[in-house]
Amino acid sequence: MEFAELIKTPRVDGVVLRRPFLPTVEGTLCLTGHHLILSSRQDNTEELWLLHANIDAIEKRFVGSLGTIIVKCKDLRVIQLDIPGMEECLNIASSIEVLSTLDSVSLMYPLFYRPMFQVIEDGWKSFLPEDAFKDLESMTEEWRLSDVNKDYSVCSSYPPLVAVPKDVDDDTLRKAAAFRHGGRFPVLSYYHKKNGMVMMRSGQPLTGTNGRRCKEDEKLINATLRAGKRGYIIDTRTVSVAQQAKARGGGFESEANYPQWRRIHKAIERSSILQESLIKLVEACNDQSHSMDRWLSKLEASNWQTHVKEILTTACLAAQCIDREGASVLVHGTEGTDSTLQVTSLAQIILDPACRTIQGFQALVEREWLQAGHPFQQRCSQSAYSNSKPRCEAPVFLLFLDCVWQILRQFPCSFQFSQHFLVLLFEHTYASQFGTFMGNSASERSKLNLSQKTVSLWSWVNRPQEVERLSNPLYEANCLVIWPSVAPQSLLLWEGVFLRWKRSSRCLDEAYDEMVHIIQYNKELQNKVNNLRRQLAQLETEEPLLQTP
Amino acid sequence: MEHIRTPKVEQVRLLDRFSNKSASGTLHLTATHLIFVESNADAAQEIWILHHHIGSVEKLSLTTSGCPLVIQCRNFRVVHFVVQRERDCHDIYSSLLRLLRPVSYEELYAFSYNPKQNEQQREEGWQLIDLGAEFERMGVPCDQWQLTDVNRNYKICETYPRDLYVPITASKPIIVGSSKFRSKGRFPVLTYFYQEKKAAVCRCSQPLSGFSARCLEDESMLQAISKANHNSRFVYVMDTRPKLNAMANRAAGKGYENEDNYSNIRFQFVGIENIHVMRTSLQKLLEVVGTRSLSVNDYLLGLESSGWLRHVKAVLDAAIFLTKAVTVEGASVLVHCSDGWDRTAQVCSLGALLMDPYYRTINGFMVLIEKDWISFGHKFADRCDQLDGDPKEVSPVFTQFLECVWQLTEQFPQAFEFNEWLLLQIHEHVHSCQYGNFLANNQRQREELQLKDRTHSLWAFLLSEGQNYLNPAFCHTYAETHPVLEPSTLPCHLKFWRNMYHQFDRSMHPRQSVLKNVLTLKESNRQLEDTIMKLEAVSTLLTTEAWHQPPHPRPPEEAKKCCSDTERTVEGSSGSERKESYGDLQGTYGAKVEPAVVSLEFGVARMTC
Repeated sequence: MEFAELIKTPRVDGVVLRRPFLPTVEGTLCLTGHHLILSSRQDNTEELWLLHANIDAIEKRFVGSLGTIIVKCKDLRVIQLDIPGMEECLNIASSIEVLSTLDSVSLMYPLFYRPMFQVIEDGWKSFLPEDAFKDLESMTEEWRLSDVNKDYSVCSSYPPLVAVPKDVDDDTLRKAAAFRHGGRFPVLSYYHKKNGMVMMRSGQPLTGTNGRRCKEDEKLINATLRAGKRGYIIDTRTVSVAQQAKARGGGFESEANYPQWRRIHKAIERSSILQESLIKLVEACNDQSHSMDRWLSKLEASNWQTHVKEILTTACLAAQCIDREGASVLVHGTEGTDSTLQVTSLAQIILDPACRTIQGFQALVEREWLQAGHPFQQRCSQSAYSNSKPRCEAPVFLLFLDCVWQILRQFPCSFQFSQHFLVLLFEHTYASQFGTFMGNSASERSKLNLSQKTVSLWSWVNRPQEVERLSNPLYEANCLVIWPSVAPQSLLLWEGVFLRWKRSSRCLDEAYDEMVHIIQYNKELQNKVNNLRRQLAQLETEEPLLQTP
Repeated sequence: MEHIRTPKVEQVRLLDRFSNKSASGTLHLTATHLIFVESNADAAQEIWILHHHIGSVEKLSLTTSGCPLVIQCRNFRVVHFVVQRERDCHDIYSSLLRLLRPVSYEELYAFSYNPKQNEQQREEGWQLIDLGAEFERMGVPCDQWQLTDVNRNYKICETYPRDLYVPITASKPIIVGSSKFRSKGRFPVLTYFYQEKKAAVCRCSQPLSGFSARCLEDESMLQAISKANHNSRFVYVMDTRPKLNAMANRAAGKGYENEDNYSNIRFQFVGIENIHVMRTSLQKLLEVVGTRSLSVNDYLLGLESSGWLRHVKAVLDAAIFLTKAVTVEGASVLVHCSDGWDRTAQVCSLGALLMDPYYRTINGFMVLIEKDWISFGHKFADRCDQLDGDPKEVSPVFTQFLECVWQLTEQFPQAFEFNEWLLLQIHEHVHSCQYGNFLANNQRQREELQLKDRTHSLWAFLLSEGQNYLNPAFCHTYAETHPVLEPSTLPCHLKFWRNMYHQFDRSMHPRQSVLKNVLTLKESNRQLEDTIMKLEAVSTLLTTEAWHQPPHPRPPEEAKKCCSDTERTVEGSSGSERKESYGDLQGTYGAKVEPAVVSLEFGVARMTC
């Protein structure tokens, strides 16, 4: 097979592995097509199985003939391999470099991976748009499922089926699509059952410098308004950025052509800036200096927390328009595949209790990120350590997860899942044995036939033991809208991701286990009390029998 | 009461500090409290502000809506009222100005505070903590350390307690000589004894060495401390000040130990800034976090420029140094700063907390504060501005200590028997002057004031509601597996203590509290266990005695409701926590029971249906 030629030295003995919080291990290093494996051949020591795809960057160092490779992973872990023999070390390093940056999709691990667990429910079929639409149909008749995009010809980043206003025909959709960036015409993102208001998302309108308009686009979005009601357009860009977009053919909805809509501009940054922010943040977190001032100023300079606040604020605004103002909302930025999705998905977490369950959150990620065409493969091909110049990489989804974590911190009993689930998703977007996050859109995934050739992450997650692991023991269904605080003092650095490898989480984990224990014990005791009561009641009724000799 | 001109003002608006929200209600001024009662009957909130908690009152210039009155409290509550009529506002303002500047201790709340307790309970409250027993627990007196009576009458050092522990070999002349060579007579004495290695933590004030003075008795004193520990041939002397400050002190005839004169010491500066720097730093921090619509960047830059977390780190680093010297090297350590009652108290008490699991229990923590802070003369009256005094003496040294403890509880969630609420409650009462414990500056003054006869003890009150302060994750065996804590002081592991500095800004806190939830469950577990025992008893009775006793006993009644008690409520879904007594608002407030001072409800939710 083709990997063999990339691996000059498949095996080295006497390699020493150093990892955060784990004892140093000496063993045999093996390279396979997809993994870097270190085995000590002893039963009681943990082995290392590292996906090449998880390697973000490596560094080589030599002291005499002892080589050292520092492996920096996309999950932000840094591990060190001491390899005897300069040639072996160089060979290993160059193999890792090549294997971890293979561009060819057909060589990716998910296509080779065979599950070692029993698939109870095929995740590829768990969240079909048709099923989601059935829920919508039970609430309203104002929407229909259009297959205008069934061959991906109207919009390459949309799924074949999208929900649109019932009164708008496919022809109108096609014309509106021609007026929106990437063909991303306004589609339904969320229906707020409480008051029937909706959230839609799209790409920017292609007004250009001379203010082009499109009657069909206007008709399409006006069809979502109730008589006499106004709606809000949330443009995730600042006014000036949106203005500049006109020069490149983009733009925003003018008041004149969209009189029933009020436009609000927010300031969520473009993806390249977010990537830079991530790199700076991780650098700050890895800084070993003991200077408090240095840490705080580096943290500040990374702007990460600013992005978190800005995204959360915008999502709260969208939720507020819908729930408090009783207005419908259209959200877009430039392409409508990044900041737009951050806002629409977070607004749903705030508004819709269903999105706070394990299943519901998967459905949300599937609907608002995967089906909605967030280009995962481009965005997550490199993480914070990569030296190569970023092309399309950006931690857009990671920022979304961070925001969810912030809300979870503020409403620790309102989510069915714990932060483990968020961390798991973070890891799998960057490197995974599952096909879920491969490709950039539904169309790409369908061309690759991933649903046949790979296993879905959801198949793994939705097994009882995994669900149990990811569950939040404190969860109690909360049907309310949850409004997070976005004050800087309320936003925390997500230690579970960014400081995860800085300090063993053992203390925190043990405390967490203790909490779980208290909760479980409570349930046991309740059961026991109920059983005893039942027994007593029984004894009371049996007693007359006992008394008769 | 003679200072109160207007006991009640209606139609006062309370503005939220961080949003545009406001509430209107009535302001009451009593002899001890300023009370705001919201008039909205549905979600009526009451704010009780003890006069002693008020740090400053400011009357802003008149606006169209009325006369603004801004009150800053020492527990970091900031309230902004708008009073309709300027005259009312002025009356309240000038009454408060007088009330918040008591001139004698007798005016403090502790002397009038009267909980429903009889004399015996009150006295028992004061007997809860026995420092003599505490030294015994550490293993002192022993063959190397003894109790000395030199300060029985506060003659040698009036800011020290009567009972002091010194090396056996330190004779009275040595003690007297040494005390004369130390600032304020605060000579080296034992504060903690690490039994395992027989290493001692001693404390004192700076030596009056100037540029060249020396004192043979003081040198013998340090010699005696060194000799009392066979594990190490030298004593660490930790000067907790920055070197520059210590050197500057030499010009005033004070200074630090010259290693050439003391034969077996290792001298070390650890660089904690003085009370003035700390005061300014916290002021800056509060200014920053009090800004409306604060941006993340301004917040982080403000956090940095205030230097507060840097100071917290410095204090913790010093405590870690002390702990390592004692537990790893087995060396004795002498800690001092200038007068030995601020930084020294911080470092000694935090070091002990790291070394000795006992201090991480509720009782132990109280003992620790009683020992290193109260008895060794941390000047609570001056630092917390209890009487109208010198503003330059005010400094958040004790607050900073509590914050350091909080940082530790965050890093070691299983190590502490108590939770954050205990720290907040102690902080509250250090400033409330409601209990006698923290009044005045030292033990001698406290005795003169006869506090034990005339006031109540905070510790008794805290213990009476001890279940609120339990840390549900506390692990009893943790003390055995981790007798010594080794915290990280990497900057990224130190956090801003929102629950302290924004305690009363409810909109900033998590809307649901894990701590509260788990505590409730734990309490419910206890009740359920009880119920099970009772039920099982009844059940055994039924099965064994059924033959003989037809009229069997009923299962205990209270057990029946237990199950329903355990249901948890989503916080904030009901706003009726303290609604019961709004009917009699017309009357005076004097008779009304004051609410528990720190409201433990951080999470009034903004959750909407």
